Amino acid sequence: MVMFWVSVLAISILLYIFLDGFDLGIGILFGLTGSEERRRAMMSAVAPIWDGNETWLVVAGVVLWGAFPVVYATLFSAFYLPLLVMLAGLILRGVAFEYRNKTERLRWIWDAGFAGGSLVAAFTQGLMVGALVEGLPIANGHYTGGDFGWFSPFAVLCGVGLCLGYALLGACWLVKKCEAEIRESAYRLIPYLAVGLFVFLIVVFAYALAQHLRVIDLWLERPYLFAFPAVGAIAALVAASSFRHHQDSVPFYMGALIFAAAFGTLAISFWPYMIPFSITIYEAAAPHSSLAFMFWGEGLFVFPLMLLYTVISYTVFRGKLKSSETHY
Amino acid sequence: MDLTALLLSRIQFGSTIAFHIIFPSFSIGLAAWLTVLEALHLWTRRPTYRLIFEFWLKIFGIAFGLGVVSGIVMAFQFGTNWSVLARMSGPIQGPLLSYETFTAFTLEASFFGILLFGRSRVPPWFYLFSTAMVALGTSLSAFWIMANNTWMQVPIGYAMENGQFVPNDWTQITLNPVLWVRFPHMVLAAYLTGAFCAAATGAWYLLRGIFSAEARVMLRMGLYFAAVLLPAQLVFGHFNGDYIHHYQPAKFAAIEGRWHDEQPASEVLVGIPDETAETNHYAISIPVLGSLIASMSLDSKEVGLTDFPPEDRPPVAIPFFSFRIMVGCWAIMLLIAWFGSYLIHKGRIEHYRLLLWATFLSFPLPFIAILSGWVTAEVGRQPWVVYGVLRTADAMTPFLSTQTVLVSLAVYCIVYTFIFTFGTYYIYRLLRAGPVGSMGLPPIGAVPNRPMSVINEQRATPISGHLSAGE
Ligand code: HDD
Ligand code: HEM
Ligand code: HEM
Repeated sequence: MVMFWVSVLAISILLYIFLDGFDLGIGILFGLTGSEERRRAMMSAVAPIWDGNETWLVVAGVVLWGAFPVVYATLFSAFYLPLLVMLAGLILRGVAFEYRNKTERLRWIWDAGFAGGSLVAAFTQGLMVGALVEGLPIANGHYTGGDFGWFSPFAVLCGVGLCLGYALLGACWLVKKCEAEIRESAYRLIPYLAVGLFVFLIVVFAYALAQHLRVIDLWLERPYLFAFPAVGAIAALVAASSFRHHQDSVPFYMGALIFAAAFGTLAISFWPYMIPFSITIYEAAAPHSSLAFMFWGEGLFVFPLMLLYTVISYTVFRGKLKSSETHY
Repeated sequence: MDLTALLLSRIQFGSTIAFHIIFPSFSIGLAAWLTVLEALHLWTRRPTYRLIFEFWLKIFGIAFGLGVVSGIVMAFQFGTNWSVLARMSGPIQGPLLSYETFTAFTLEASFFGILLFGRSRVPPWFYLFSTAMVALGTSLSAFWIMANNTWMQVPIGYAMENGQFVPNDWTQITLNPVLWVRFPHMVLAAYLTGAFCAAATGAWYLLRGIFSAEARVMLRMGLYFAAVLLPAQLVFGHFNGDYIHHYQPAKFAAIEGRWHDEQPASEVLVGIPDETAETNHYAISIPVLGSLIASMSLDSKEVGLTDFPPEDRPPVAIPFFSFRIMVGCWAIMLLIAWFGSYLIHKGRIEHYRLLLWATFLSFPLPFIAILSGWVTAEVGRQPWVVYGVLRTADAMTPFLSTQTVLVSLAVYCIVYTFIFTFGTYYIYRLLRAGPVGSMGLPPIGAVPNRPMSVINEQRATPISGHLSAGE
């Protein structure tokens, strides 16, 4: 039962990273373009699906509470400020989809909200992951770091890294979804973002070695873990070659694969910890009666339905956007 | 622990949920009303019903959207501000809340999409079915939330293990008799909201002399419906009082403004409770009525607040007044609904402009009643967050600092004011434009997850002729 809920949680988080990752990424890129035409095209490449993407965040949140209350309570209270900023960012970018078309004069507000909200949300997510990897100050299962216990140069670095990563996913999605000019400009951006991300990974690795983070020891102890980065590297190579041949939809899937590899690396290297090095999955799990109650309804029936629905809505929305459609 | 961080957290939780509850109660009510309209349309085939349906569907979209946005914040706040509570009661509250989210998701994903875009693609009976499922879904969502809150008000079906509430009887938790009086009270409140908003809109159009056919239907259905619901609400309100009397005597005494034991007890109608002097000023009370209301007897003994040590008493003035505000709203609504229904029955309502005005201006009443009802329930149960087991002060995240909560409270206030202002403005604009045109084809790029996008496109269709008629 515990394993079932670990998987549900992992799937929800991973889906959230893929899906909201590219749409936050597009929000970040949105801030870099000036032309109204391009902005519209970018908006319409995600407009129909962003909300469904974000739902996975809520799903992950409530599953965490129901199945692993200790983790929910510890992490959410430790990350008080980053979460606040993230939520504010998500709200602002969310309403921007609806409100920017209702006004001409005030459009700049919603545009700023969309780009800024996306950037801030991506950054805070990276920051929180970074803080987790480095290890939060926790004693006897309780967070002891105060208001800014999550802050560290490493966490900030990870925040920047995730912005780059999401932007890369976003650019790949634009290549996949759009045509003509917007696709070309996304193609021009991808090498820069990819190089940036690569540099970031090297710096993170070097930092981790220099600071002697515990993760590194774990990797040395569990050499099979290198399979994940290897998958990531292969995906990167495939992405690069498809990029050269302008195979529009391949880079996105490869980008997603890289993220999955990164997620897998982290998740498995921390196993069986849920909050690295202080709280394990079994310590965190809710009592059996809670897990079972959730399992017989939402776990067994609703969750598969949700997955199915996600697949269907992406199938309906597949293919390239025609320029006539981008008037939205 | 820092008292101010606690106070600010309470203010933050109370105001974000008060903001949130406005939209769910509106959308639960509207969903039910839409179902009735669609059924009437199928039955009578009158196009008017269809027109009104399309009109309210758009408003439903906005209210639903704002409900979702503000609900996401709620799901996080238990962890951020109330981490001790979240850790202890997670095994019970977590599953209940996750059922809410999962219910909402399936609902949005399936039937709501059909509602917005499926009119031309599914058979009429299935369309009606989808509408009913949306109504059922919003009510189910409310059920899980009420189950959650009811468990905090009257905790049962658990055992304490390792500092956690461990559920040992889900049937008790979900079939708690208290839940089954609170849930109907909440649903009726939401339906009343729908009814009064419909009636008020109808009255507004009649006053402006536009859309008379649709306006008459809205006014008639709204007022008739409300006239029936209001007595039922009194009955469930009474049951609510019954359960408090039984389980939360301190709250009951605060609501009644009863400081000392009385036998037989009198009922304080109005007055100003004074917590330091432990008495009421300027009180008007009726002898014996207190015993009658509380225990259905003429000579029962009723407990007063001074039976409880001061640290176990709730603030008195807030529940005392908020309860009276709720009942006051009920009385005004009853007056309007009954008198209005009578006039409609006699066919004279359009000559009573005063009543039309009253109906038009009455639309905030259900919202006020709902908010003050919740304030009664929540403030009245203080100082407990899980009644009798866990104090609010002990439930807070222990290391939360005052500055931090101040920052978050300010951010929420700014962001909410911002989106609320625009949201209400768009609803107002739709209401003002009135029931014109139909949804037509679904706009490109619109999907069920984004009800508000439908409204965008709607403006682009050439309906300006009608619009000017409405100005
Ligand atoms: C599932 C739980 C739940 C639900 C459905 C509600 N509340 Fe609540 N409420 C709480 C759980 C809670 C709480 C977590 O238990 C709080 C936070 C701190 C506290 O004292 O209790 C609380 C406090 C609280 C306060 C502050 C009381 C005080 O601190 O003196 C107000 C004004 C409200 N609530 C109002 C509402 C409204 C308008 C609701 C309508 C939807 C509502 N509550 C639903
Ligand atoms: C502690 C209190 C509450 C929390 C944590 C909460 C949480 C949420 C969340 C997360 C959503 C968005 C669901 C989605 O992603 O689609 C939502 C929406 C909603 N909530 Fe609440 N809510 C609370 C109080 C209430 C109350 C008191 C009611 C009504 C009685 C209610 C009824 C609804 C409804 C009808 C919706 C909108 C429709 C939907 O998405 O289901 N909520 N709430
Ligand atoms: C004479 C009529 C009414 C009586 C006697 C009454 C009674 C009560 C009582 C005693 C409570 C407190 C329950 C608790 O502490 O848990 C309550 C709560 C509440 N009332 Fe009323 N009420 C009446 C009318 C209304 C009306 C007209 C509305 C809305 C349209 C309304 C909406 C609410 C809500 C939303 C709550 C909070 C939810 C809950 O605790 O169940 N009430 N009511």
